[in-house]
Amino acid sequence: MAVLTRKGMGTLLARQGILVAFVLFMIGFAVANPRFIEIDNISGVIRSSAILGVMALGVTFVVIGGNLDLSVGSMMSFSTIVVLDLHDKLGPLLAIPAMFGLTLALGAFIGFLVGYLKLNSLIVTLGMLSAIHGLTLTWSGGKNMDIDDKSGTWFSIFGQGTAMGIPVPILIFALLAAVLGMILAKTPFGRKVYAVGGNGTAATFSGIPRARVVFFTYIVSSFCVAVAGLLQASRSMGSQNTVGQGMELEVLAAVILGGASLLGGSGTIFKTVIGVLILGFIQNGLLLMGLAFYAQYVVTWVIIILAVWLDIAAKRGRLLSPIA
Amino acid sequence: MNSDTRATLIKQGAIWAFIAVELAFFSIAGEFLAVTDQAFMDFDNMLLLLKQSAPIGIIALGMTIVMINGNIDLSVGATYALAAIVLLDSMTWPIFAGLGDWVIPVSWALALLTGTVLGAVNGLIVWKTGVDAFIVTLGAMLGYRGLVFMYNGEQPTSHLNWTLVDFAEAQFLGLHTATWFLLGTALVLWLVMTKTVHGRNAYAIGNNREAAVNAGIRVGPHFLINFMLIGFLAALSAVVFYSESGSVNPNDGMLFELWAITAVVLGGTKLMGGYGSIVATLGGVIAIQLLRKGLGHIGAGTETVNLVIGLILIAVLFLDRQLNRRGREALKI
Repeated sequence: MAVLTRKGMGTLLARQGILVAFVLFMIGFAVANPRFIEIDNISGVIRSSAILGVMALGVTFVVIGGNLDLSVGSMMSFSTIVVLDLHDKLGPLLAIPAMFGLTLALGAFIGFLVGYLKLNSLIVTLGMLSAIHGLTLTWSGGKNMDIDDKSGTWFSIFGQGTAMGIPVPILIFALLAAVLGMILAKTPFGRKVYAVGGNGTAATFSGIPRARVVFFTYIVSSFCVAVAGLLQASRSMGSQNTVGQGMELEVLAAVILGGASLLGGSGTIFKTVIGVLILGFIQNGLLLMGLAFYAQYVVTWVIIILAVWLDIAAKRGRLLSPIA
Repeated sequence: MNSDTRATLIKQGAIWAFIAVELAFFSIAGEFLAVTDQAFMDFDNMLLLLKQSAPIGIIALGMTIVMINGNIDLSVGATYALAAIVLLDSMTWPIFAGLGDWVIPVSWALALLTGTVLGAVNGLIVWKTGVDAFIVTLGAMLGYRGLVFMYNGEQPTSHLNWTLVDFAEAQFLGLHTATWFLLGTALVLWLVMTKTVHGRNAYAIGNNREAAVNAGIRVGPHFLINFMLIGFLAALSAVVFYSESGSVNPNDGMLFELWAITAVVLGGTKLMGGYGSIVATLGGVIAIQLLRKGLGHIGAGTETVNLVIGLILIAVLFLDRQLNRRGREALKI
């Protein structure tokens, strides 16, 4: 009986461990500093996590489909620079769709290489990280990009506006999470993504067009990157060429923290959102507790490894790995 | 059998053929486009190229053995920065004040020890928890970088020791100190991977882990040794570079892991493990540095270098797969 209960506990922890950890963190921080759970603070944290969060939503699709995307940070820099540059040349109404078109084209190129040519996604997106950075520098000539007339445009609404008292970035993040969550959980396309990532060969034999599904996971990812670039550009109204540098790995950390397996076939949008929020709230909580800003990286390291370790330990039924 | 050996030859020779093409291209293009009068194939220029290859090169050599073993290490850039800080900072510690220039070997040892310990931490976690090396070292990349920043905030850590600078700038038999370290590392690792039991087992584990376990090979210790080696080499790379420059920024070494992996993959090492060669990685490192210098020579900027290297990486992947596929089909007949 006791064994059964322990096993039940184990399954619960394995399934919802990340949620339990999240709640424990929130309670711990709230006890340490009541300011932590004030509405202002919470809304501030979510707002500043929104850009990373939006990118993580797209990468979740790619990872569930059994691939990686290391190019999102570099691609976000590209979107930001392009939309800022075109804003002054074409006006915001044309600049935004043009930027989305170009970013989606990059996503389509990666999707073609990984999906149809079946090249290794780690190397392809690593190469694209470098290549897109080159494109961005070519576009901007290496200079910072700024909007000339910062007060005479409605472009700042995406990053700085509020609607019904809620900051727009949070609304966009929530809306995108809801829509993509529905697509992943409730549509045939979503089920195919799980099938392809879970067992590609089996998926092919059951008539699922593997190449096309993988292709579209990268389309989703680049769409999210374009949204993130829009938020970033609109929030700062100016940008360096390296604004997204290094974000690919933080995004991946959030997705993994949410429990998506790098082998593909598992993970959900909801869990990724939790992963993003955990990263954001840890950073904020540690700051409020007076720890050095950079201590959050060390804590994130420990949490990522513990989260993944406990997850696989629960699945295999023993704590230490069977590696001799 | 005959076509098999030919395929292997083509694969191992490919990177050197690529280097030859680069040399020819930049020499000829340089005649028309060069920003300076100096010829590209200038001897001093080539010596400098080898020296500049050393920091990424030493790390890429370590990455090769980790990847042959079937793992990957994304934390090398952060390890590099932390080892550099320990190197420069420890030279100013009061307890070593009485040592004079004897502080140099002590600081070197401390920096190398730091790298080895950080590598061992990764190795132990991969071994004992069974978490994928990609995730473990991704986390460590953040964590170690956090330690770097906690050490000295966003301030650079600087200390110039002129004896050390003289040593780092010295040339022996025409080659710079850094080049000797690069070549020495390559030689030692080549011996380790081709002549020792550890090397043979590392290939076996990367090729087919289950088979290796069934053959009685203990997988864990080999993982640990390889991660300690790459940690040591990341620190060695820092030691060689910062002995000369004398100042480290907390952001130094960022994206080094990606450059190192690019060099390793250009050299033909397989991501899945079990296949790869130290000598070919040396070729990959030189090819990348040649591309950077060559594009600079004909007046192209950083943006073109990034673009070209990214696309070449993808092209290599594509060609490699086409070659392999043909090989497999030939085998079937």
